Amino acid sequence: MKIGIPKETFAGERRVAATPDVAAQLIGLGFDVAVESGAGDSASFSDDAFREAGAEIVAETAALWGGSDIVLKVRAPSDSETALLRSGQVLVSFLWPAQNPALLEVLSGRGVTTLAMDSVPRISRAQKMDALSSMANIAGYRAVVEAAQHFGRFFTGQITAAGKVPPAKVLVIGAGVAGLAAIGAAKSLGAIVRAFDTRPEVKEQVESMDGEFLMLEFEEEGAGVGGYAKVMSEEFIKAEMALFAEQARDVDIIITTALIPGKPAPRLITADMVKSMKPGSVVVDLAAEQGGNCELTQPNEVVDAHGVAIIGYTDLPSRLAAQSSQLYGTNLRHLLTDMCPEKDGQLVVDMEDEVIRGATVVKDNEVTWPPPAPKLSAAPPKPAQEPAPPPPPKPEAPAWLAPLLTFGIGGLALFGLGAVAPASFMAHFTVFVLACFIGYMVIWNVTPALHTPLMSVTNAISSIIIIGALLQISSGESTIMWIAGITVLITSINIAGGFAVTRRMLQMFQK
Amino acid sequence: MSQGIVTVSYIGATILFILALGGLSHPETARRGNLYGIVGMSIALLATMLGVVTENYGLLLGALVVGGATGFMLARRVQMTQMPELVAILHSLVGLAAVLVGFANFMDPNVHFTGVELVIHDIETYIGVLIGAVTFSGSVIAFGKLSGKISGKPLMLPARHWLNLVLVIAMIWFGREFVAGSPIGEGMMPLIIMTAIALVLGIHMVMAIGGADMPVVVSMLNSYSGWAASATGFMLSNDLLIVTGALVGSSGAILSYIMCRAMNRKFLAVIAGGFGTSGGSSASSEDQGEVVPVEAAEVASMLADAKEVMIVPGYGMAVAQAQHIVYEITRVLRDKGVNVRFGIHPVAGRMPGHMNVLLAEAHVPYDIVFEMDEINDDFPDVDVSVIIGANDIVNPSAQTDPDSPIAGMPVLEVWKGGTTVVLKRSMATGYAGVQNPLFFKDNTRMLFGDARESLDAVLKSL
Repeated sequence: MKIGIPKETFAGERRVAATPDVAAQLIGLGFDVAVESGAGDSASFSDDAFREAGAEIVAETAALWGGSDIVLKVRAPSDSETALLRSGQVLVSFLWPAQNPALLEVLSGRGVTTLAMDSVPRISRAQKMDALSSMANIAGYRAVVEAAQHFGRFFTGQITAAGKVPPAKVLVIGAGVAGLAAIGAAKSLGAIVRAFDTRPEVKEQVESMDGEFLMLEFEEEGAGVGGYAKVMSEEFIKAEMALFAEQARDVDIIITTALIPGKPAPRLITADMVKSMKPGSVVVDLAAEQGGNCELTQPNEVVDAHGVAIIGYTDLPSRLAAQSSQLYGTNLRHLLTDMCPEKDGQLVVDMEDEVIRGATVVKDNEVTWPPPAPKLSAAPPKPAQEPAPPPPPKPEAPAWLAPLLTFGIGGLALFGLGAVAPASFMAHFTVFVLACFIGYMVIWNVTPALHTPLMSVTNAISSIIIIGALLQISSGESTIMWIAGITVLITSINIAGGFAVTRRMLQMFQK
Repeated sequence: MSQGIVTVSYIGATILFILALGGLSHPETARRGNLYGIVGMSIALLATMLGVVTENYGLLLGALVVGGATGFMLARRVQMTQMPELVAILHSLVGLAAVLVGFANFMDPNVHFTGVELVIHDIETYIGVLIGAVTFSGSVIAFGKLSGKISGKPLMLPARHWLNLVLVIAMIWFGREFVAGSPIGEGMMPLIIMTAIALVLGIHMVMAIGGADMPVVVSMLNSYSGWAASATGFMLSNDLLIVTGALVGSSGAILSYIMCRAMNRKFLAVIAGGFGTSGGSSASSEDQGEVVPVEAAEVASMLADAKEVMIVPGYGMAVAQAQHIVYEITRVLRDKGVNVRFGIHPVAGRMPGHMNVLLAEAHVPYDIVFEMDEINDDFPDVDVSVIIGANDIVNPSAQTDPDSPIAGMPVLEVWKGGTTVVLKRSMATGYAGVQNPLFFKDNTRMLFGDARESLDAVLKSL
């Protein structure tokens, strides 16, 4: 089947759905790949690079759309683009089916099987095709870079001959993928980073990025289905707003990433809070497209309010076009790999597969969105049930019983032995028991690393049994003499071998 | 030379042996300890040869020279990965020697005892030969299993516990016959029959034990060879043998105990054999998710970018002879400022301390090689853990799944680190037959292939 990569037509969109690397990998799966001339230009991938990777370059937009069986895109198709689609084609792109029901109708009317990359279920297995995460990661990183651009100070603290430079304080609201990426980027620039999220379980992730997690003294679970946040209660929001108001006075940069699926972005930073911020501060609102977390955000613009720059760019991933194209293309490639199990260039839309089912929003002439609820969540909302209480401890014998029994039986056995055994035996027996104790004490001190040399050296010294053979070798009986001779032979193998191999091993142990 | 000087020499030898074992508490002092052992053995031999031996010096010296030369050759030629086999076959020699000394002593017409003393002496002889025979045949089988000449799978005879019991009862019965027959010159037959039974018992016992329980078996046989020497010492009324045998015996017993504890298994359960054949409930292959395979180049860049790297070797590293490559990688990484350490599980490999010896052979400094207990708390700070040919010792289900056959076994908690790279030939389960949920964790990457080839590729990419 032929895959077509058109040039993105959305204004300001620099990304492309496949890079030359991805194109080569797709060809490896058995597909033919055609790329519209100039598709990769704004992401710095030339037509020649695509050609080298084995892709065909098509100059005509209409020819590309018409000649492809599968169309890979970044943005949802515009009206003029949907007009180029025909029945039986497969389209894969971001689609936002909840916001674009009309588009779904058009696509199903045309019989175009459509997979929305934003609808890939967020389960572990599908992480490799989770384009939302890979884009959010880029957005989070870029948000810090944009903030640095508008912030007239250092991020890191320094003490110089010309005076002290205080480190910037960054507050990240919403510790999802974008939030964590922002924490990491800001931290590595040297800033003091704090983060807040309604889901307490992300505390650990924030701390793993070296961020400081702001706790709210409030009991409420913020995790919704599928690892997303949910709408919180009024009291919670009140406490949350108080925290933000307090932080706004202190921090230099606020990066907001709070989103609730299917709802407008929550208003978290009020105009008053912005006013209370120090002049020269920056707010980066990653939720600008969904209405913004900040009251003063203007989508796609940087506004100056009360001396604070409020950045409302909605195209942050596109601003790192080469990187985001590569990651998005790899997500697409993973999806196609799963849909092409035979690696023969044939696409199978398997509606039994949970991931494919979730992503597929139009199948032939039918709208298949929304899919049945995902079965698994990255972090289950609640453990299924309380772990079973530990079984009641078995009634145990009192602690004094075991030693008493051991010593009792041991004592009785010794007593019995002493009653019948002759004195000469008891003398040897004393030596034996004491030697066992010395052995016990000495061996516990042996370092575990030397257990093998311990075995070989004990082996060598247990050949002391050779003494037995030496006592017998002078016997007049020739049988005994020969048996003793053989014993000397084999034990001397053991003595020499054991000591020599121990020496060899010990010489290898070095600092 | 007077008897007094011989006895004093024996005391000297005993002390030197104790010092030899004591020296092993640290690698620095261990070399001196080995020297003490050699000196002690030489003193004991010289004193006996000069003070007790009166005739047949030719045979004695000939046997000593030939045997000693053979021993040196063995020690020089052996590969470090073959160390378990060597130790096993050396144990068998001690066992055989105990049998031979016992028989020779019984045939010796110069040994005269009467009454209770005779009974005790006979029992000592009997026990010495018995332990010697079990040690001998058991060690030969262990050697066969370790060197791959015999299948490592446990041999499961029906009613094998009853068979063992019958063998033990038969030996006790023949022991009675032996003690009763010995004063009237009829002891030889029961002694020979018992030796045969003991040989069968030794074979059967080790045949029933699987490959991964070998650390326990090898240390158990180590212990037996000591007890055999000790019993021989009782028979000959020789304190040097008794003490040395007891030292070796308790050393082996402690090692067996440590190994059993490291596998959270009862000593008797290991000896009874057959681990891993009666699959536990969790051995069912439920869908655990997907594994994420990686390429050697990706592993190389992960390692190069890491600050803390932990390498966990297992038997697979020994099989693939990969220890030298592991060291090369370690060296390159350490030159780049990566803190590379090794985490060793007590039962990794086929013998106590097996991994340490292999790493030492490859010149890995011993101060970056750590035991499980020393290092387990550090895993959260580790960026990349590399598992080389190990499986059960890094299986999280030992902690999480109470139904697992390995439940409660202490394991290296590698999954708490950043990323875990597992080198493995295939997705086959480990020795215990338990699926390993570690492979399906989100932060685990699988590098399939022969450990040495994979690591070679990693080294090249570094």
